Amino acid sequence: MARIAGINIPLNKRAEIGLTYIYGVGRSTANRVLTDAGVGPDTYVKDLTEDEVRRLRERVDDLLVEGDLRRERSQNVKRLMEIGSYKGLRHRRGLPVNGQRTKTNARTRKGPKRGSAAGGGKRKIRKH
Amino acid sequence: MSRSSKKGPYVEERLMRRIQQMNEAGQKQMIKTWSRSSVIFPEMVGHTIAVHDGRKHVPVFISESMVGHKLGEFAPTRVFRGHAGSDRVRMR
Repeated sequence: MARIAGINIPLNKRAEIGLTYIYGVGRSTANRVLTDAGVGPDTYVKDLTEDEVRRLRERVDDLLVEGDLRRERSQNVKRLMEIGSYKGLRHRRGLPVNGQRTKTNARTRKGPKRGSAAGGGKRKIRKH
Repeated sequence: MSRSSKKGPYVEERLMRRIQQMNEAGQKQMIKTWSRSSVIFPEMVGHTIAVHDGRKHVPVFISESMVGHKLGEFAPTRVFRGHAGSDRVRMR
């Protein structure tokens, strides 16, 4: 079992994929980390030696991942809401922030459809 | 495409001149402006700027964390009153 960046234990996968289980590490970051650490991207996580795991851990520790990254993201959003900017208002109402259309689509931000006739339950919107 | 960094952030000259005058004189007065696209500069912190929203001027007090944003971001141009016939409208 390989523990990198605190809680993450990716196992029966290639190292390149296993690393992406860490929040904040995608395919390209994973590949960069592996090259820097001198580990082949095709090695399975379970086949990694202690030393290789240590080298990977060192590289990942330098990145902004997991809790710290989540905190930074939510702080950025909070800042926008606090200064009363348009983007902040959109975050508060749970609507798309970057000027997308809302006549249709935008379901990721707005949540599941709530039909007026079907009388579906209304999604709670956060008010501040 | 983003603005060339050679030019620096955009700010209406007239607005910047008035802010600088007020900073030198050490006074604070509400300034009306129509220039929603002007970037908020550190010099503007502490002033109240009335930004046009298309109908009236919305007073915006500039705080430190607003630097780098544009004035228009703080004066919404649309007022959503809810859809016709929805519960939330009837509540009003």
